[in-house]
Amino acid sequence: MDASAIIAILTPLVPGAAFEQGRSIDFATVYVPADRLVETCRALRDNDALRFTTIIEVTAADYFPREPRFEVVYHLLSIERRLRVRLKVRVGENGSLPTVQGIWKGAGWPEREVWDMFGIVFDGHPDLRRLLMPDDWEGHPARKDYPVQIRKAAQTYEPMEISEQEFRTNIERDRVRRAH
Amino acid sequence: MPSLRTETMTVNMGPQHPSTHGVLRLVLELDGEVIHSVMPTIGYLHTGIEKTAEQKKWQQVIPLVERMDYLGPQSNSLSYALAVEKLLGLEMPKRVSDIRVLIAELNRIASHLIWLGTHAMEIGAVSMLFYAIRERELLLNINELIAGFRFFPSYIRIGGLREDLPRGFHEAVNAFLERFPAKIDEFEGLLTKNDIFRRRTEGVGVVTLADAQQWGLVGPIARAAGTDYDVRRYFPYLGYETYEFNVPTATEGDVYARYRVRIAELRESVKIAKQAIARITPSGVWACDDPRVVPPPKDKVYTEMEALIQHFLIYSQGFTVPAGDVYVPVEGPRGEHGTYIVSDGTNRPWRVKMRPPSFMAIQALPAIVKGGLIADVVAVIGSTDVVMGDCDR
Repeated sequence: MDASAIIAILTPLVPGAAFEQGRSIDFATVYVPADRLVETCRALRDNDALRFTTIIEVTAADYFPREPRFEVVYHLLSIERRLRVRLKVRVGENGSLPTVQGIWKGAGWPEREVWDMFGIVFDGHPDLRRLLMPDDWEGHPARKDYPVQIRKAAQTYEPMEISEQEFRTNIERDRVRRAH
Repeated sequence: MPSLRTETMTVNMGPQHPSTHGVLRLVLELDGEVIHSVMPTIGYLHTGIEKTAEQKKWQQVIPLVERMDYLGPQSNSLSYALAVEKLLGLEMPKRVSDIRVLIAELNRIASHLIWLGTHAMEIGAVSMLFYAIRERELLLNINELIAGFRFFPSYIRIGGLREDLPRGFHEAVNAFLERFPAKIDEFEGLLTKNDIFRRRTEGVGVVTLADAQQWGLVGPIARAAGTDYDVRRYFPYLGYETYEFNVPTATEGDVYARYRVRIAELRESVKIAKQAIARITPSGVWACDDPRVVPPPKDKVYTEMEALIQHFLIYSQGFTVPAGDVYVPVEGPRGEHGTYIVSDGTNRPWRVKMRPPSFMAIQALPAIVKGGLIADVVAVIGSTDVVMGDCDR
């Protein structure tokens, strides 16, 4: 199924969204506007002719200095229909896009990784923290304007000095956060 | 009687715990022995391979990506090479594809052997590790034979293979394939009906098919839950449609089902490898004939000007790849290994992204082990067969 067929199915389900056919040599590529992403994903997952029930990955590419500089890429798989599709969302330097964790739970970590590496914010993501880089890292390494080799002094830490009360508060805050 | 004050206990596991398969860290919240929640922390093995790859020429990326999934390295390089070849529009000769199939299957066997050894050892069958590693040693010898390198052969290259098969390759592979099925029986004799092993694994860490799809798990974990999705079947590459093999499945979705699926996959891999080695001639063509990518033979380099120029170009500038992006999946030992590459038309990749199956499996870990016992965590991690190099890249 090529991109135009998928867009033909999607257009009545997501009215008013400006889908765009992307060039590709492997399987269908569809550009989706960021504000209609969640509806589109739900339609892709639930439509009977498509059934994209499996999320393969979420990643991004930085096309600096082009504007808008980022493209967030979603690879989806439909086992039932033997289909693959690539969704692309254009995001600017300080832009953001909604999380699709409500559609596929497995999008959580890949989105976190995209934030970690590119600094693209996913609105509504419950746990947008560093994933691969250390918690106190500065910058987003996969960006094209991030230097490849940097000289940075080895980070050392003082022994943890924390009162018992603070420790308990931390644990409790952590528990509350995880309970949600 | 005054009510007892109870509270949950937070326990740190890893990153240097022997059964976390490298450097996975889990923060477990326990209520007695029952797991309330798990918070995995990854990134201890992050080496920025994808960023480094953007600085290298196309061919130089092959050894880099092999270091991601260090137990099944050649599925990374295979998927990367196939992706670049797709952008270049290269067609591989049949012999090259057959050798790649053989290597991919031997690679799967080697990876599954490490899984089997460590998984069984963590559950208590310590001697399994030695039996499994002994067989894997023979596969590492074959790697050494073809490339002089035991772990990361970098034998699969863009445009074909590094060089032709060495003398003695067929004998070594045939000897292994002759010997190995009896060894699988031996492994199964030790574990499949072993009461202790079954009690530790049956009904533990259940993943339903719906969950597997939600969490993006494809590969042995999903096949143990009922789907027959296998990239080799659904989206054939390398001519897998011409090989006769089954896709083993199970429906229970527990640790034991994953064990049975992987053991059956060992047998299927032997079957495919036997068909492949029968098709491969001891010597013959080992690369495509595209002079842009494949350097000319040495005797021509020394006698012909054009060949010398070509040789010089390939080794100094590399080759350019048409602009565009492509995603190519292959069925790796842990599931779908995919490579997404973006080219801007120069001699270096603009972006290389691997789809890591271990990453998705660790993400799903909290949901799998929640409500189970702490002792089951080790069994579940072993059964998902995660490799931290693949997860952190």
